[in-house]
Amino acid sequence: MKRVLLVVATVVLYLLHQDFWYWRTAHPLVFGFVPIGLFYQACFSVAAALLMWLLVKFAWPTHLEEEIEQQSAREDSAN
Amino acid sequence: MIPAIFVFLYLAAVLYIGIFAFRKARGRERPEDYFLANRSLGPFVFLFSLFGTNMTAFAILGSSGHAFSNGIVTFGLMASSSGLVIPLTIFLMGTRVWALGKKHGFMTPVQMFRDRWECGHIGTFIFVVQAVLLVPYIIIGIMGGGTTLNVISGGLVPYWFGGAIVALVVMSYVFFGGMRGTAWVNTFQTILFLTFGVIAIVVIGVGMGGFRSAANAMLASPALAPLLTRERISPLYYFSYTFIPLSAIAFPHILIFCLTAEKMNHFKKTVIFYPLCILAIWLPCVFLGVMANRVADVPQIRAKQEARRVLATQGKTMTPEARDELREQAAGDDVIMLLLQRYAPLWLAGLLGAGIMAAVMASDSQILALSTMFTEDVFAFYGGKRRFGEAVQVHTGRIFIVIITIVAYLVALRAPETIFELAIQYAFSGFAALSPLLMAALFWKGSTKWGALAVTIWTAASVVAVAVFQHVVPAPAPGPPIVEWSIGGAEALTRTPGGTAVFGFMPVVPMVLVSVVLMLVVSLLTKKPEQATIAKYF
Repeated sequence: MKRVLLVVATVVLYLLHQDFWYWRTAHPLVFGFVPIGLFYQACFSVAAALLMWLLVKFAWPTHLEEEIEQQSAREDSAN
Repeated sequence: MIPAIFVFLYLAAVLYIGIFAFRKARGRERPEDYFLANRSLGPFVFLFSLFGTNMTAFAILGSSGHAFSNGIVTFGLMASSSGLVIPLTIFLMGTRVWALGKKHGFMTPVQMFRDRWECGHIGTFIFVVQAVLLVPYIIIGIMGGGTTLNVISGGLVPYWFGGAIVALVVMSYVFFGGMRGTAWVNTFQTILFLTFGVIAIVVIGVGMGGFRSAANAMLASPALAPLLTRERISPLYYFSYTFIPLSAIAFPHILIFCLTAEKMNHFKKTVIFYPLCILAIWLPCVFLGVMANRVADVPQIRAKQEARRVLATQGKTMTPEARDELREQAAGDDVIMLLLQRYAPLWLAGLLGAGIMAAVMASDSQILALSTMFTEDVFAFYGGKRRFGEAVQVHTGRIFIVIITIVAYLVALRAPETIFELAIQYAFSGFAALSPLLMAALFWKGSTKWGALAVTIWTAASVVAVAVFQHVVPAPAPGPPIVEWSIGGAEALTRTPGGTAVFGFMPVVPMVLVSVVLMLVVSLLTKKPEQATIAKYF
């Protein structure tokens, strides 16, 4: 279930990149000088970092790490 | 000349880092140590060097230049989409490649493909296509170095001499330091850029009298207001651009970098912080590029705007050559440097110039990757390592670095820069179209060497086809595109002012989708590798 939610979150974030609703407007100017379209995409980058944190926390391929550790341990004991 | 002195100090520093790495590795002349830093990079160096490898001259100078001409859309097109796709591909594929490299000792992507699909010469063909797509980066890096030193020194350092200095410095620290030296230099460069990017935006903002008044003045101008929105770019084109970052994980230098981490845990910080690093570097560059349009007292910027205006109003009646000339005049790749010269004090302009130099010199990883690929995929594969030993393999790699740098420098002296800028555009699409190779190798048991061959042939053919099409049909003036081919009233193939469109999409979209279909269909029709081979991967 966790993995399904993460896949859904990734697809939703990818779709949110296409923010056609701010396509033709610069208003409001955030902080008085950042056009809303640019501010939205900056926030999108922060959201991407949060998604990556969730992926690392809940879907990290631990089995790959374990395989390598086991292999290293076998090699160490053989030497 | 003062800024140039800072740049020379910077060059001396990176040279020293390369030689320091060489001294640290002395006595360990093994390929794995020289080409992969003995797979021992820590989390901090791994994050910054991997990120620095991706931050080329294009990211810094090109992003602000693109934003100068096209507005804020540049950030969404090139930065935020990369901030999602690149770390995602590193998370999904980079970690697996790292594990396979540790397990089976791979040092290049082609080594893995050869083993995964039980093939020899098909691997060599993949190497050739990857190498051809990579070479323009090295040439453009040397050209960028020559131009930057020339501009920063106020013309005192000629282009040929600046290019020679940059080529010599890059060659030296790659030659001596190998992957360890390159990774340390990249880390140093990234920190330099992250630090001075922030200082640059503050200094220029204060110099311009604050961004608030500049933004409001742009909104009040009918010619400049669209630059604060995305109305000049079509949503289909915008969507297409999200396919371009797929190229990152297919670039051999990025994939080889993934093999250098000491532990898989080191990927965690890279994956999480990658979008934030992109944000920190690209946002100031894009914003300053847009705001440069409000600078009225820099004659070079005024000349660019005038060229843009003439192109928009009279472009339709001009010859293609005259239009290309105007496009070149209107290009804003040097606006960041012009802003620095105008608003930053000399010493700060020098430090920031060194930061720009750092980005321009990012061709080091490509040179090292080509050398690694040549010695592993050609020299070692065809018996050189067996006959002459590992030490000779490392020497061969070093000789290759010298040869490729000299050739790139000689080409950079003679060829016009625009040719290689175009080649890089094609290379991004080409590597994106090669990304299904990696996906299939890592995630699909049923993939075969014939599927891989079909994808590689398609990639090479489509890159050449787009290049020929854009050469034969000159770019039209700003406005409606030239429709070359339509099906049932739909515009199938068009030549746009910025490139080519296929049903409104950038060519990268059909290139990637056809690659996926070819991998699926051809693999389903051909013989799979032996079960024992597949079992090594799944």
